[in-house]
Amino acid sequence: MADIRNNFVGIKSPNPFWLASAPPTDKAYNVERAFKAGWGGVVWKTLGEEGPPVVNVNGPRYGAIWGADRRLLGLNNIELITDRDLYTNLREMKEVKKNWPDRAIVASIMVPCEEQAWKAILPLVEETEVDGIELNFGCPHGMSERGMGSAVGQVPEYIEMVVRWCKQYTRMPVITKLTPNITDIRHPARAAKRGGTDAVSLINTISSIVSVDLDTFSPNPSVGGKGSHGGYCGPAVKPIALNMVAEIARDPETYGLPISGIGGITTWRDAAEFLALGAGNVQVCTAAMTYGFKIVQEMITGLSDWMDEKGHRSLDDVICRAVPNVTDWQYLNLNYIAKAHIDQDACIKCGRCHIACEDTSHQAITSMVDGVRHFEVMEEECVGCNLCVNVCPVENCITMEALPAGDLDKRTGKVVDPTYANWTQHPNNPMARQAAE
Amino acid sequence: MERLGNGPQAGIEAGRLSSAEYEANFADLHPRLDRHEALVESDRCYFCYDAPCMTACPTSIDIPLFIRQIQTGNPIGSAKTIFDQNILGGMCARVCPTETLCEQACVRNTAEDKPVEIGKLQRYATDIAMEQGRQFYSRKAPTGKTIAVVGAGPAGLAAAHRLAMHGHSVVVLEAREKAGGLNEYGIATYKAVDDFAAREVDYVTAIGGIEIRNGQALGRDFSLSDLTAQYDAVFLGMGLAGVNGLGIEGESLTGVEDAVDFIAALRQAKDKSVLPIGRRVVVLGGGMTAIDAAIQSKLLGAEEVTICYRRGKDNMNASPYEQDLATANGVIIRHWLAPKSIIGKDGPNGAHVAGIEVEYTAMRDGKLIGTGETGVIAADQIFKAIGQTFSASGLGALQFEKGKIVVDAEGRTSIEGVWAGGDCIGSGEDLTVSAVAQGRDAAESIAKALAAAAQPATAVA
Repeated sequence: MADIRNNFVGIKSPNPFWLASAPPTDKAYNVERAFKAGWGGVVWKTLGEEGPPVVNVNGPRYGAIWGADRRLLGLNNIELITDRDLYTNLREMKEVKKNWPDRAIVASIMVPCEEQAWKAILPLVEETEVDGIELNFGCPHGMSERGMGSAVGQVPEYIEMVVRWCKQYTRMPVITKLTPNITDIRHPARAAKRGGTDAVSLINTISSIVSVDLDTFSPNPSVGGKGSHGGYCGPAVKPIALNMVAEIARDPETYGLPISGIGGITTWRDAAEFLALGAGNVQVCTAAMTYGFKIVQEMITGLSDWMDEKGHRSLDDVICRAVPNVTDWQYLNLNYIAKAHIDQDACIKCGRCHIACEDTSHQAITSMVDGVRHFEVMEEECVGCNLCVNVCPVENCITMEALPAGDLDKRTGKVVDPTYANWTQHPNNPMARQAAE
Repeated sequence: MERLGNGPQAGIEAGRLSSAEYEANFADLHPRLDRHEALVESDRCYFCYDAPCMTACPTSIDIPLFIRQIQTGNPIGSAKTIFDQNILGGMCARVCPTETLCEQACVRNTAEDKPVEIGKLQRYATDIAMEQGRQFYSRKAPTGKTIAVVGAGPAGLAAAHRLAMHGHSVVVLEAREKAGGLNEYGIATYKAVDDFAAREVDYVTAIGGIEIRNGQALGRDFSLSDLTAQYDAVFLGMGLAGVNGLGIEGESLTGVEDAVDFIAALRQAKDKSVLPIGRRVVVLGGGMTAIDAAIQSKLLGAEEVTICYRRGKDNMNASPYEQDLATANGVIIRHWLAPKSIIGKDGPNGAHVAGIEVEYTAMRDGKLIGTGETGVIAADQIFKAIGQTFSASGLGALQFEKGKIVVDAEGRTSIEGVWAGGDCIGSGEDLTVSAVAQGRDAAESIAKALAAAAQPATAVA
């Protein structure tokens, strides 16, 4: 049996599946239900400073986009940090931690960007005996208008400064949550590291307008006919999150910095991909908000069964395994040549590969052969772009087959070269020509 | 077998069921999809390139497009896509044997043995547009030409509508009391409830320029030469008015009836409880008419309904879906049985049916033969559903082949200015949707011919 116990910056949990700081972790009732369902840990919904709590809108807070059969693909929200009294939250956190000592509880915090504000709240959180803190530098809506959330996360100097205060005023591990609403994620990550953070977590939500009501011309979610941008999350953001996690994992300046992966994780498979790209554990929100807490059972068994099948004994066997394979475009092997291949037994003859290739790509797939509906790759035209694979409704019907070295590439008329050669060495690259001269 | 209780009354009796049972039995076979169902189902369409479903549709409806329009919340646009090709798309959505046409061609069959439910989606869109009274077509400027259409069935209605679009005036001559043809008289009641056929006629003729004259029969009230003399063109779409006979002893006994008459009576009866039905019914034939008659016999309360077909299951014209529908309704389908004679019995009202003697059949050297072995099936009512034939007079020198009108690819007959389509032509497929396609295409051919004739003659160098 694979060991999926997790140790993230010293915070232990029975599995690497945490619930992210969000509506599902706003109070003891929800968190206890989550723990009963099997979640390894939670990041409690973000606490604000002492005093009258924030207020939320009283109309809709969420908007969504859907795929086939109304499967929720992307969710956006305009909810703020917890709108409950600080002490109520602290009391419940303490109580739940006492009841569930084997589970991780991390406090998410967002207070104004002033030293005194952080100095004031940290001892209160520490007193609850939860396992660590997460600095919410991510929320792109509402709080950012008040100089918090992503307004901090978009300024590396502020990140560094606040992290430094936190490391100064608490013994608890500090996880810095990053906003994706920034050009290059490496800069805030580096700043967090310079400030002494124990880890980063990402991504927070992406600024978004999810849809427009075409009767009222109001953005959704519509609050009395007006809408403001929200934070986008769910399966649709996973590719963006994976890239950002990988960028930090392979950046020489942040290499080795623990990462808690967040962004559209819905199944064990998503989680495994985040781990492989450098995440030490994962946080989930939208999937739980869509299907309820029970999904963690699928995640736990799926990850564990896959690890058993592949012979991975612990999470350390998986974490970062894909990172060395992430590279820059310029280092990709230009001598690697692949061609699409259609499995005629699996083909259902929908013709989508043909029309995608014919209308929008390289005219490399037949539609008719000898007067019969037939879809076949013409190797002399195929550039191996993979579009047909992606539009085919049948999994594994179209596959990309690498041409072995020595074979003829019918498109170029050249024999496949076994050596590795990338753009930096290519004669068409002006930089390479310069170097040769 | 020991009888439990009194059992159903023998003979041909009305009122075998309670009114609730009649209502349930003759309700809509497949109620319309609701919006959610339509969205879920339309999501399944792959929007195939050069879609096989579209190729399989005799009217070539752009099925992937109309399904995508439903999926994006535009059922009205979807209905127009359907009506562009098939103005009787509403009825076709109900009666097309989709399992042997578009849905058979659906690539989802290959993928998972479950096609997209194209017929139900088509009904969803067309019902919405028709209930909103949305008319998508207007007439071009009047041409001053008038075309006679014989028969107000699917072929005639499709031709009339298309001709009206071109600005022609149309006079439809219909022998029966109501327009609609087999849509009105020949479709099982549960497939087109709530007077759908009549409502569809109103929808089609709402374009204007179409006058339907009922009670006008070819050969009785007018002849083809009358029409060619009076009108600018003629379209013949009178279907198959005759029925095949058995040619066996006892055929004239009380209780031996044509299935088409039974089906027509059912369709026209508002109150099904007044319709008499036998306790034991035998239906002879293997097509859709046999199935429709058998199922509806059962639904009227017959205790035992048996279809006898002289060939095997694979030879039946009724689709496997229809056969399954029959057996699911408790109909027994027996193959390789040919009628030999009908057995009568004297009663207070004269001789009536008591049973049918059948002979077992087999294929020998590619020929159907009787094996000599016989049996008797008790029956107090027998429906003949062994095919319809062309029966019309007053057609003059019109050329026929195998009892049907000869036409070319555009629907032109051997007589200039006369077109034909639907079941009465040689290539007629006994399908509403094919009749619609033929009517529509003949109308295009007529419009083209009239336009060419209207051009002022130009000198040819």
